[in-house]
Amino acid sequence: MKHSGKISFFAGFAVMLAVGWAGFPRLLYRGTPQPLSFSHKVHTGEKAGMKCEDCHVLRASGSFGGVPALESCAGCHAAPMTGTAPEKRLIDNYVTPNREIPWLIYSRQPDNVYFSHANHIRLAKLACKQCHGDHGDTDTLRPYQEDRVSGYSKDIWGSSISRISFGRGRRDGMRMDDCVSCHREHKVSDSCLACHK
Amino acid sequence: MSTTTAKNAKNARYGMVIDLDRCNGCGACMVACAVENNVPPAQAKATARTGITWMRVENVANGASFPEHRTAFIPIMCQQCGEETPCVSVCPQQAVEVDPKTGIVDQMPQRCLGCRYCMAACPYHARYFNWWDPEWPAGMEKALNPEVAPRMRGVVEKCNFCHGRYHAAKAKAAAAGRRDIDPADYQPACVEACPTRAIVFGDLDDRSSQAAQLAKSPDAFRLLPKLGTEPKIYYLTRRPWVREIASASSPAEVRRG
Ligand code: SF4
Ligand code: SF4
Repeated sequence: MKHSGKISFFAGFAVMLAVGWAGFPRLLYRGTPQPLSFSHKVHTGEKAGMKCEDCHVLRASGSFGGVPALESCAGCHAAPMTGTAPEKRLIDNYVTPNREIPWLIYSRQPDNVYFSHANHIRLAKLACKQCHGDHGDTDTLRPYQEDRVSGYSKDIWGSSISRISFGRGRRDGMRMDDCVSCHREHKVSDSCLACHK
Repeated sequence: MSTTTAKNAKNARYGMVIDLDRCNGCGACMVACAVENNVPPAQAKATARTGITWMRVENVANGASFPEHRTAFIPIMCQQCGEETPCVSVCPQQAVEVDPKTGIVDQMPQRCLGCRYCMAACPYHARYFNWWDPEWPAGMEKALNPEVAPRMRGVVEKCNFCHGRYHAAKAKAAAAGRRDIDPADYQPACVEACPTRAIVFGDLDDRSSQAAQLAKSPDAFRLLPKLGTEPKIYYLTRRPWVREIASASSPAEVRRG
């Protein structure tokens, strides 16, 4: 009986850790599936061989197209190409009635944030992966997870609630601190209006 | 050091020169400014001080009676004080700063706690408080400028030389692989809207810019120079009475007659 105090302490500690690390995120975020299943891998793979910028265009004006509009999809999928179920849904539900797909944007920032893809791609020469991870190689779209309190996407905070990332090869999270630390590291502008509007 | 310079555009010190002899008081700059910066239409109960006019056109007269009577118009906005910037020094929230890269006095409404100390400190009455939440007539919110975030009730705002346009010019240069913007791509809305081209905008440190040259003219002066705030807005006039009124420290200093 000598160690029972210690044992119950550590058992309690382990339970609380589990609740905090595994349970709490489930409670904090509300998941919503994307309106359509989409495989980046099929599009960027050998057969289709597309590049990120083929759909996510950077215009000459410096503005960024973000998630492509329906016409990008319809360019190839006006009629069935592969005959898969998701493709049929794309054509029947969106292309034929000419209705935009209501994608949920993982990296949507608050309204007062200004971010220029042009600066980061063309001048800083960052790869898409550096901020968006291996999204371009995934086969399915993960559910969009929204913070129940702030309404922000989970990608803003980062996938790990503790913000410790284990060798994902990218900065985890897209919070102001994440932007500022990289800007300071590279000695580029960190004034308020550099990234706010 | 070399990498620092390579990663940054050359620093600028943006400013304006406003020719008071050209300004005819039409107010197009005020309208263009409000539209560009998502300033909502004034509430019915708003006054000149509680309404929001980042840019306002003041009317002055020489005080003589007909036929010697003359009037002049003075567009006034944040003077972008370069030294001892009063609003920056008083803000307890660090919601105001002078951007060393552009010289623009940045206001961060999202950081502002609404104490309005900066409004008391600003010698030019260039700051405005949001007494009400913004409201647009139905349908007009579709015409909002997506490059400028609307503000909420309880915070202060002011002219920032149409910072959204600076962002756009930067992004356009970046898309072409350039760090320095093309000066023609960055012109504030008021400059563009003025039908008499009374406002000239540019980098005051770039000797080839028209703004830098006009600022050196003997007809150029600034408002309340004795405060030492080194504003980056210059005014031009060849009419002595206008200059006398505009550069006076207080209304009492102005001789009427
Ligand atoms: S004019 Fe007023 S608001 Fe503008 S920088 Fe000077 S003190 Fe600040
Ligand atoms: S009103 Fe806002 S910006 Fe002005 S001094 Fe107070 S906190 Fe700073």
